[in-house]
Amino acid sequence: MDVRSQVSMVFHLDKCIGCHTCSVACKNIWTDRKGAEYMWWNNVETKPGTGYPTKWEDQGIYKGGWEKRNGKVTLKGAGKRRGLTNIFYNPNLPVIDDYYEPFTYKYLDLIEAPESDDQPTARPVSLITGDPIDIKMGPNWDDDLSGSPDFARNDPNFQNLSETEQEVMFQLEKMAFFYLPRICNHCLNPACVASCPSGAIYKRGEDGVVLINQDVCRAWRMCVTACPYKKSYYNWHTGKSEKCILCFPRIEAGLAPACMHSCVGRIRYLGVLLYDASKIESAIHDDDSNLINRHLDLILDPFDEEVIREAKKNGVADSTIHAAQNSPVYKYVKEWNLALPLHPEFRTLPMLFYVPPLLPVMATLKQVDNKEQAAKMNPIAKYWDDNWLYDTSTAELWGSLDQVRFPLKYLANMFSAGDEELIKDKWKKLMAVRIHRRRATVGDVSDQKADEVLKDAGLTAEQAEGVFYLTALAKFEDRFVIPPAHREQAIEMMDFTGDAKGEIGFGFKSKIRRGI
Amino acid sequence: MEIFNDFFFIALPYVALAMFLVGSIYRYTKKGFQLSSLSSQFLEGRRLFYGSAPFHWGVVVVFTGHLISFLFPRSVLAWNSQPVRLMILEITGFVFGISMLIGLVNLFIRRYTTPRLRFVTNKMDMIVYLLLITQTFAGLWVAYNFRWGSSWFSSLLAPYLYSIFMFEPDTSSVIMLPWPVQLHIITAFVIIALIPFSRLIHFLVVPFHYIWRPYQQVRWYWNRREVRSADTPWTLQRPKNN
Ligand code: SF4
Ligand code: SF4
Repeated sequence: MDVRSQVSMVFHLDKCIGCHTCSVACKNIWTDRKGAEYMWWNNVETKPGTGYPTKWEDQGIYKGGWEKRNGKVTLKGAGKRRGLTNIFYNPNLPVIDDYYEPFTYKYLDLIEAPESDDQPTARPVSLITGDPIDIKMGPNWDDDLSGSPDFARNDPNFQNLSETEQEVMFQLEKMAFFYLPRICNHCLNPACVASCPSGAIYKRGEDGVVLINQDVCRAWRMCVTACPYKKSYYNWHTGKSEKCILCFPRIEAGLAPACMHSCVGRIRYLGVLLYDASKIESAIHDDDSNLINRHLDLILDPFDEEVIREAKKNGVADSTIHAAQNSPVYKYVKEWNLALPLHPEFRTLPMLFYVPPLLPVMATLKQVDNKEQAAKMNPIAKYWDDNWLYDTSTAELWGSLDQVRFPLKYLANMFSAGDEELIKDKWKKLMAVRIHRRRATVGDVSDQKADEVLKDAGLTAEQAEGVFYLTALAKFEDRFVIPPAHREQAIEMMDFTGDAKGEIGFGFKSKIRRGI
Repeated sequence: MEIFNDFFFIALPYVALAMFLVGSIYRYTKKGFQLSSLSSQFLEGRRLFYGSAPFHWGVVVVFTGHLISFLFPRSVLAWNSQPVRLMILEITGFVFGISMLIGLVNLFIRRYTTPRLRFVTNKMDMIVYLLLITQTFAGLWVAYNFRWGSSWFSSLLAPYLYSIFMFEPDTSSVIMLPWPVQLHIITAFVIIALIPFSRLIHFLVVPFHYIWRPYQQVRWYWNRREVRSADTPWTLQRPKNN
């Protein structure tokens, strides 16, 4: 056993309201610079939709991630042979138009335009050339456009859904969508690291954050191709690639990353997971169907005596072990088994997990006769003359799983490499928690029914309370359990304190010497 | 004439090599952030193929050819002793030279006709393009008009270059050569001098080490296992990045 610690995340998709606050927080701190305008280290996309960059999930186009062929796992579009022979021209590199051309508006024209008969306008201009442009695409232009021909219908996750299944999804009355916020997954088997010919990208041993050394990056651009999530971006101005850094300066100071801190829906959780690095190699070589199990098996129980002993032997700090024991991520991923990684079939072992969405998927539309109700209303009240009811009742719980508005297959394509049972399992649990709470708060569910449902979902009442608490009530320090960076060690990350002893002044990285 | 020769074939080479050495080391050690191939494929990814690929593969072969003739002149002469082999060598070199020229012209046109690229192009890029085009064209001209270059390079130029590197410059062979050959030599040294001051520097950081390195890289600030052990001498506890 080779126990290491990883700062990992859970995003609870039922709670995301698609407000993009996270994206803007990140942009303001990190990517508000020339060459980085088009980068959204954090982005939120609507599903079904094509995402950002357009159709990133389609590895037939972008050739990202790992693939297993004849028992060997290799990078699909990069690697030693392909990377070095394609170094002069990378045939699988997305170009800026696959994302969008960054733009701004000439706001000053609104104020400075000379007096005339026409209203002044702020024309859009390209942030690359400065010329006026016709904006064709933006980072979130598939927002809420479920059912649209250009976006939703081109979603790569539809590959194995039949025409009819898709049509059913897009019927106007039944149409549904949900949001998918994405950041770098800080993978355990990062394709970006493996693809970098310069060796500029590395995973930090202490917390698993994947970083690009800007001094060593030489713009060979292989990471952009290799990352199947397209979370490594090429800065066209500096000629260096950049990616999400999980706000490591904030984490080291005990603060939550900016996207998580600012999240309006409070969907984000961050905590430590202990994992067994010695099993990674064999895990990534397993079959698609078993990949998730192997992935989750890597994560170790932080309460297990042996794990603790091995962790200590490996130099994992006591405070980190403690953080792992309180980790909300551990609870969601292992204890309650509620969260899944995004596209595990890319084989990078992503360490950002998602609780699959239940609400937009489960609610059914029922045709009802609402004449009676209408008659009771005040005649001046506005009332809509349609008979559709957005039904979130739970009477038909298990029955409705098969009538859900999203085919299970669609979500399974995203979160479980096609395993529908896994998604069903999560949905059952989420529903069971709701029924359990409904018994407590509304009281129209019998104890017998609620207990039955919990049992069927494999949760105890206590666990259901835990899920409820962490989902609905959790405070800041419950959602973000950040292991202390150890100030004394953090200083030593930069300098050996012994060297600095007896020196003068502040802010010098080089030795202070007397002039000659 | 004497001065002219001494300047271009003795002074220039030494200045160029000194600039190259000092400049490259300085830039590599002190300006890591500015060391990049500055790829523009992200802004224009279609026409680049017809420029970058033929140019770079051409350079790889032609440069290797020059290097081999310089390092092993006798072997090259021995190889060339049979006309068929000489022809193979010359034609290969010429074809890749043409490939370079085509690539360069494509790159040049691409760079100055794509609006977006104007914003990632500086004056040095223009100088580099013009020098490389001149150099490639002169090389092809020489190869075509003064046959067979691979042989006389080995017998005339290799000794001259050796004399430079041995610090006993002997220009007797170069001053006899026709002016296009001399131009080719002079431009070569100018290009070498400009390497640390232009994007050409990226050829020094070709990532060969990728071949030997394991795919995944995990970096620790220090070896925590050792740090935690009481037996570890204190000198080992120093962080490695210091
Ligand atoms: S998500 Fe992409 S960029 Fe992030 S660690 Fe994984 S492979 Fe690398
Ligand atoms: S801030 Fe939170 S709720 Fe808003 S879009 Fe981002 S993840 Fe969703």
